[in-house]
Amino acid sequence: MKRTKGEKFFSIFNIFFMICFGIMCIYPFLYTLTMSLSTTADSVKDGLHLFTLNPTLESYKLALENENIGIAYFNTILRTVAGTFAALAVSLLYAYALSRNELPGRKIFSNILIFTMLFNGGTIPTYLVIKGLHLLDNRLVYILPGLISAYNVIIARSFFKSIPESLHESAILDGASEFMIFTRIYVPLSKAVIMTLVLWIAVGHWNAWYDSLIYINDEKKIVVQLLLKRMMDSAQTQMVDTIITGDSIAIMPITIRSATTIIAMLPILAIYPFIQKYFMGGVMLGAVKG
Amino acid sequence: MIMTKKYTSYKIKKSSFIGIKKHWQLLLFLLPGLIALILFNYLPMGGILVAFKDYRIRDGIFGSDWVGFANFQKMFTGMEFPRILKNTIVISFLKLITSFPAPIILALLLNEIHNSKIKKCVQTISYLPHFFSWIILGNIFTMLFSIEGPVNSVLKMLGLNESIAFFKSEGWFIFLLIVTNIYQTVGWGTIIYLAAISGIDNSLIEAATIDGAGRFKQVIHIIIPTIMPTVTTVLILNLGGILNAGFDQIYNLYNPTLYNVADIIDTYVLRQLSENNYSIGTAVGLFKSVVGLIFVFATNKIVNKLSDDEMGIM
Repeated sequence: MKRTKGEKFFSIFNIFFMICFGIMCIYPFLYTLTMSLSTTADSVKDGLHLFTLNPTLESYKLALENENIGIAYFNTILRTVAGTFAALAVSLLYAYALSRNELPGRKIFSNILIFTMLFNGGTIPTYLVIKGLHLLDNRLVYILPGLISAYNVIIARSFFKSIPESLHESAILDGASEFMIFTRIYVPLSKAVIMTLVLWIAVGHWNAWYDSLIYINDEKKIVVQLLLKRMMDSAQTQMVDTIITGDSIAIMPITIRSATTIIAMLPILAIYPFIQKYFMGGVMLGAVKG
Repeated sequence: MIMTKKYTSYKIKKSSFIGIKKHWQLLLFLLPGLIALILFNYLPMGGILVAFKDYRIRDGIFGSDWVGFANFQKMFTGMEFPRILKNTIVISFLKLITSFPAPIILALLLNEIHNSKIKKCVQTISYLPHFFSWIILGNIFTMLFSIEGPVNSVLKMLGLNESIAFFKSEGWFIFLLIVTNIYQTVGWGTIIYLAAISGIDNSLIEAATIDGAGRFKQVIHIIIPTIMPTVTTVLILNLGGILNAGFDQIYNLYNPTLYNVADIIDTYVLRQLSENNYSIGTAVGLFKSVVGLIFVFATNKIVNKLSDDEMGIM
């Protein structure tokens, strides 16, 4: 294929632009990582902090000394594991039922679900309901409201629909119950989609903090994201205090702050290669089948 | 005539009853999901009643007095609502006109990269910010854009005398919101467009090449028209969220000195919750939900009209 001068010039410019773009995307994370490994003296120097000459794990040690971080981490892991499993089960069952044409009232059950994508009660009415159900300051509040999401059900349903009908028919002839067909045929055949949903829901749980902010008062029950936010906020106010009082002690050095951030990011970074593969697939499914 | 009508309605009733009996297992599958939907989605919708009452915690939703539209009247005539509405729309609009086209441009540029290693690498990196919460991102950005941070260091190296206080100046803060929003959404946003582009029939491109169309012309006449339905769908969904100025982002970046430009509907509602002003907070929240719903339907209708029902999502 012959390329004009203009096209060649564009091609070189484009690659250059993309490399710059890529560096800009990764830089904030690189900066945080470098800061978390720097000594306090190095961290306050001017510059980009692309690397550090005296790496140290001191900040991580200090960050982990905070007694609340262990509990908060545990709460997050608990909600992620239990919440993902529960939400997956509920969503898949709902999706399977909706994927069957013979389901009585299928249209109604589908609309009940889809309407929740368009309209919701809002923060305060939801809060009042949660309060009425005695879920305030209860860790179940992390799991129950997120049991079903329209988007996940739609994706699972379209996949179930693509499974040949003859499999279902022959299983029925063999005397299998719907539950057996669901667990022995549909679930094993949908591994890829289920993996996508698992990662999707799990990342959502790992990153969630709003529920912890408004429904939980007990400091022993908050999630790690919110703990991070609280630490930042108190560092900010203490900084203002030290400016007002003329005290020169920095309460929360940027190094410890970075280390805590990295600790909260770690699990996502660890599963990022898998996320890549499966998340994308899910987006395509959603885009193609809507 | 009448007889047949009666007969059919009887038949339908009977068959649906048999359906329930025959397919009870499937209905049982729906049960956990239905309970969750009723408790956590539909009951709160009922809780919207609070917006039409003078809610007192002691009396509960049903015990509190009806006040009709008094809360809305208070809301529209109050000092704060015009400000939060204006802030919400301004921030949301500025984000829309920047973060909506950005992934389209990035997808078109990525598509022109023929070195698959570079392409893959850039894609992988650009998706990364999508996977972190705004608590983490907000925390990183407050470090990056602080007075002593690397952004100001670079500006100093470039010869700027004074450092920029991104978290004190109203204008710079809005700029920061826009830039960091592009940062978080641009990479992930390309996926849907790249999928649409990859669906293009190669023979179309070949035919265009034989007819002497350069790459630029191919992009204008083949690739852009192909992704147009996707573009409109994304636009409709974005317009539906016009009153979503990005709570997570703002809540994790702003401070009370910026309320004048950065206090939006969602942050306001959250403050009403913590100050126990449930009725006003619910009224403002309801206003937001209703406007969002109207926007989705209206935009969809307009797009359907303009494109003779070819585009649009419903």
